[in-house]
Parts: sequence; structure tokens; C-alpha cells
Amino acid sequence: MPLRIVVLTKPVPDPAAAAERLGADGRLDRAASPAVINGNDEYTLEASLKLVEAHGGEVTLLSMAPASGIETLRKGLAMGAHRGILVTDPALAGSDQWSTVQVLAAALRELEYDLVLAGFDTSDGVGGVVGAAIATMLRLPYLSSAAKIEPDPDACTVRVRRISPTGFDVLEAPMPALIVGTQLLGEPRYPSLKGIMAARSKEVVTKSLADLELDAKAVGGAASRSKVTGTTKPPARGATQVVRGTPEEGAKAIADLLASRRLI
Amino acid sequence: MAAAKGTIWVVAETNADGSLAKSSTEVATLARTLAEAAGASAAAIVVASDPKAAAAELARYVGRVVAVAEPKAAGHAWAQVAAQRAAAILASETPAAILTGAGPDGRDVAGTLATLLERPVLVNATAVAWKDGGPSVEMSVFGGKLVTTSSLVDGEWGIVTVRPNVVTAEEAGSIGEVEDVASSGDLELPLVKIVDQVSEAAAALPIEEARIIVAGGRGVGGPDGFALVQELADALGGAVGATRAAVDSGWIPYNQQIGQTGKIVKPQLYLALGISGAIQHKVGMQTAGTIVGVNRDPDAPIAEFADLVVVGDLFEVGEALLAELKRR
Repeated sequence: MPLRIVVLTKPVPDPAAAAERLGADGRLDRAASPAVINGNDEYTLEASLKLVEAHGGEVTLLSMAPASGIETLRKGLAMGAHRGILVTDPALAGSDQWSTVQVLAAALRELEYDLVLAGFDTSDGVGGVVGAAIATMLRLPYLSSAAKIEPDPDACTVRVRRISPTGFDVLEAPMPALIVGTQLLGEPRYPSLKGIMAARSKEVVTKSLADLELDAKAVGGAASRSKVTGTTKPPARGATQVVRGTPEEGAKAIADLLASRRLI
Repeated sequence: MAAAKGTIWVVAETNADGSLAKSSTEVATLARTLAEAAGASAAAIVVASDPKAAAAELARYVGRVVAVAEPKAAGHAWAQVAAQRAAAILASETPAAILTGAGPDGRDVAGTLATLLERPVLVNATAVAWKDGGPSVEMSVFGGKLVTTSSLVDGEWGIVTVRPNVVTAEEAGSIGEVEDVASSGDLELPLVKIVDQVSEAAAALPIEEARIIVAGGRGVGGPDGFALVQELADALGGAVGATRAAVDSGWIPYNQQIGQTGKIVKPQLYLALGISGAIQHKVGMQTAGTIVGVNRDPDAPIAEFADLVVVGDLFEVGEALLAELKRR
């Protein structure tokens, strides 16, 4: 039985570029920073590609993003995903977590799947609550903090190793299910040249709020239930003392600092 | 200041042995502090197969504790079971806010409650104040470059997830009341069974709770190199942490990884050995009280935010530091 997997992916400002800034409206200025697939979403995408390599099937990427999000989706298609769905609508700018959940759940209701995969959190928002909220909305079994995903397509069940404070729990649930994955799913592949070429002709469907029969007054920026009221710079750290010398001199400098701050 | 209309609630987490999770002592302390500022009361819900021990602990922090004995909280993925029982209680209350931890279980509870109660969530708080009748939440964004303050729009109440180690747990002067509640009614969300539990490493102190962390990166060179990192951690009474590079190389388990796709820690001392301090690691440890780096490369990014950087071979400096610590 082939697997149908939907991978939730969010384009985020590239953390390595460190060029993020807020616009005048207090929202992230998405034009200021190059976008990449959220790091944790790459792990779930890699896991889903391995699963369809083993079982057969298809990987669909689902993003809610500005129209430029299509570029980021192409990167995921170049890694090997089969098709992409981009929910984009000017009214979605400034969406909060609540709106994001409504929109992604509405998009998932139109799809058939065995598994929905989401990353542990996003590097920009670091919330990690959207997966559980969507699973609850769609009444899907919810398996989180996954280090390993083992579906049994014939039995229509899935097992997940969930990271615990002391090791891991093995969770089991019927499919379809929603799984939140972690870095332990494995290092994501780099797109091959062939993959990059193939991605150009893969299908990317764009959907607006109207396509999903959602009301722009009920979701999106206008319906945001939270607001940013201010921004500050974090307190600056003091100057850095740099010590070059013998290992003993270095060790003494460390021990002196620790003693002066009552850490030893 | 507007008085809150209701109660500030905590949904608490327990450890495997049934005791109260450390993060929940912090969140409960925060709820009480906010309630005092808001002129409201603070209460907590704990859902477990046997919630007695955790409930007794919670009562040291807040005035009212609802302890739900739910047999299905054991043997099944806990968070959604707990969130459903909590939602049933909260539906007949008038919450001013709900607080949870921002760790894996707290996030799952918050996300599930958000849908069950149709409430917004403010995530990953590094500080929370009570302002204009609701929570005003600080969070660190853009790799720590900026701190934003967020609140809910007028007329809303919602859920806040609170990062570990941003509040110091402090017991109230008095002991709160515990109400024991038997679970009743169906669990509507699909149950997820736990079919096996595996312990891997010996359960050392969780790294999020360590006062001192000695961490190793690519420069440590291999699992043998981590023996020195461990020795230094032992000498300082701390825990061992690592970068993603060290974890990816299989030198140390993932639960000791610090950074963007690992844990975010805030120890009093962070001693970084052979760690360049790239942004993906920095976001996990930049709020440590004191940061010391030992690195061959004087131009490594860690020199931009550490208190002290010793330029040199981490093994030579590490051995010398062990000797120095023994001598003192």
C-alpha cells in the first residue's frame, strides 16, 4: 500500500543570513531576508521521502506563505517531494497562530492522506503549538517529538519513537495521523541537479482564502487575536576578555573569573 | 489597573515518578505572581493516573489545585488526554489566562487546548507581566537579536507557553486547597497508545535544569574527547552539553544538544569547549549568566558574546583547568 504524506513546510528567514528585521507595521519584513525551508521541516521532509522510497507513494508539500513562498516550495520539490500546495492570500499577512491553524486545517480537509508531518517548531516563531492544534481540529491521532516513524501501511497503523526525558516511548496509532518530527529523523538530503531540473515541472497548486471557502474577516491579519506592542534590544553582554598564553595561564584566567562570580 | 475577571490557570506536568515537573513549579510561581498583580487568583490543574504527589506540591505554589485522576493518562500519549480533561474543567470556569510550560509536553497541551477552547496562544515567553487586564509577553526572536512584547487584542483571553528557567520557582507562604476530581465523560480525541518505553542513557540531571553546563563541539574531536568534557562537568558540578555537529557525529546523545533544533538553556555558567558559537548554537545558550569559551580560533563568533575566551588547545587548557580546580 503506497503512502500519501503531506509535509507542512514554512518558509522562514534564513537563520544563517541573520538579516531578519521587522517592518514599520511590526511584522517580519519578509523581503529583507532570504527565505529557506524551516530547518525542522527539512527533517520531516527527509523522513517522508525515505518512507515513500520504502513503501511507494507520494509526498505533498503544504505551505501557507506569501506568493514568494513558491520559491521555497521548489527547494522541497527539488529534494524529491512530488507536488506542492501554496495557500497564499494578501489577507493572510500578519496571521497569528490561530489563523494559521484554521487555514492549514482547511487545506488539509481537501486532501487525502495517510500521514501529516510537521516540524518540532519553526526557527522564527519557536512556538511548536500548531501541529497539536491542527491534529485536534481534524480529530487526527497526534504523535509528537518523533525520532523515528514506522508506518505499517497494510495494517493502516503507524509507530513513532517519541523522545522522552530518559529515552523514548514507542507510540502507536491508526492512520491517518499527524506526526511532529525532530532532528533525529535524520540529516536532510541536498537536492541533486536532476532534482532541481525536475522540480521546475512539478505541480504547485496555489489556493486563496476564497478557494478554501474561508472568510478574510475570520482569519488572517485582520482577525489576528494577538498583537506586537513593542520591541527592545536584548541587554548587551559585557566586553569579552581574550586570553592568549600558556594553557596554565588560560586555566587560571577561567578559574579566577569563576571564583569572582562565585561559580566555584 | 483593571482587575482580571477570572483566574490565572496552570496546566501542570509531572515527572515519570509522579512528582511535579520543575517547569511547572516555575509556571505556577509565575501564575501566582501575575495573579497578585492582577488582583486575581491563581489555580492549577494536574492530570495523571495518580496526581496526588504532584497536586500536593502544586498546592505550595497556588491557592487552588484541581487534581484529576485519569487512568488513561498512563499508557497513552499524555498531553492530549490531559488537555481534554483540563478543557472540561476550564469550560465551566472563567479563566483570565492559561499558562503551560514551553517544553515538548507543555506545547502539546497548549496546542490542543487552543483548539478545544478556541483560544489564541502567545508562545515561548521569556518574561510575562500583567498589563491592561491581560498577559504581556516578552519573547526572544531572530536568534536573540530582538525581544518582542506581545499581548492579546482587546476582549480576548488566551494561553501562554513559558520557557524553562525564566522564572525562579518560589513557594507561597501558605498551602492551597486540593480538590480531587475523578475523570468522567468520554475522551473524544483519538487515544495514542504507548506500546513500549525504552531508557537509553542513565537519567542524569536534565540539561535544562543544570546550573553549570560544560559543552563540547566539533573541536572535541570524538567520543573520547567528551571524557574530558565530562570530567570538567563533574569537577564543576555541572552537566554536559553539545553542539549539533557533535550530536550528528554520534559522539553524544541528542537530548544533550543545545541550540536551534536542540534545547534552549540558561545556566549560570556555560563553558564552551571547541565551539565556534555559530548562530544555530548561540540561540540555545546566549542568555547564560557567564559564558566562557576555549577555542583555537580567536576570531570565532563566540568571541563576540562570551565573557571570556581562552585562545588555545581545548585539551591542554581543559587539563590545566582540571588541575587548577583541584588545587583551589
